Amino acid sequence: MARFRWHGGDELATQAARMQQELDRLLSSLRPGGSLWSTPRADVYPAINVYKDDEGFIVRAEIPGTDPKAVDLEVTGDTLTLRGERRPPEVPDGASFHRREREFGRFRRSLTLPEQVDSSKVTASFHSGVLEVRLPHAEQAKRRRIAVKAE
Amino acid sequence: MSHHETKDLDVPAKKAVESGAGEPIREGLIYEPHVDIIEDKEAITLFADLPGVAKDGVDIDVKEGVLTLSAPVGPLPEGWQPLFKEYEIGGFARRFSLSEKIDTERISAKLEHGVLRLTLPKMEQHKPRKIQIT
Repeated sequence: MARFRWHGGDELATQAARMQQELDRLLSSLRPGGSLWSTPRADVYPAINVYKDDEGFIVRAEIPGTDPKAVDLEVTGDTLTLRGERRPPEVPDGASFHRREREFGRFRRSLTLPEQVDSSKVTASFHSGVLEVRLPHAEQAKRRRIAVKAE
Repeated sequence: MSHHETKDLDVPAKKAVESGAGEPIREGLIYEPHVDIIEDKEAITLFADLPGVAKDGVDIDVKEGVLTLSAPVGPLPEGWQPLFKEYEIGGFARRFSLSEKIDTERISAKLEHGVLRLTLPKMEQHKPRKIQIT
């Protein structure tokens, strides 16, 4: 199982992770059997994107064809685990395949939550095959304005 | 657990559409959706993974033996700052040649959980017929 390392809002760490990712992609594309010679395969499923807005963090994953009821999200301590299954469509008897590119099976992915997230307020939604997990900032991590009182 | 018959997922990464390949190119990133195409006596059925595509966002065109699929994907909500990116977001487009005559009047499509199911019924006269020897 692939584990996602959180880099939170630390821009430098995010940049480093991005560079590492680019490097990995480049190296894997140069390997025999890499993406220059064959269809590139994602190392992990599902691929995730992480965004930030005023409210907190947003994790998105594309898992088309997964019944949202069959998706299991769990927060244990500081780890968010996502499990699910992509089931193949029912094929009528006597039918033949012309193309078979979609893959099916179970998937599992974990990521470490940043400290400033309130894990009790994590919510998730699923629209058009895209899972969206919202990780709101913990109250104490929210930006506050402190008025300076004049003597 | 009755999961022993299922295998772990291994999905090819998104494949960008190369320009000049005869694909309809629009502004922004366009990807080739992964598809399954099955054929039985009655119809050709196509399944396409179109994550992020809205219900009314798929454009399906069948003309002169060519099926064209295109589906744009909307932009990110305002104020979202990307921190970490493993996949790119873009629309989808792909073209297929059809070997069978399709009854275009009876084409039906359904989009559920980001998967398009497109049923292309064959023309009556192109269905295989059993001929009785008398």
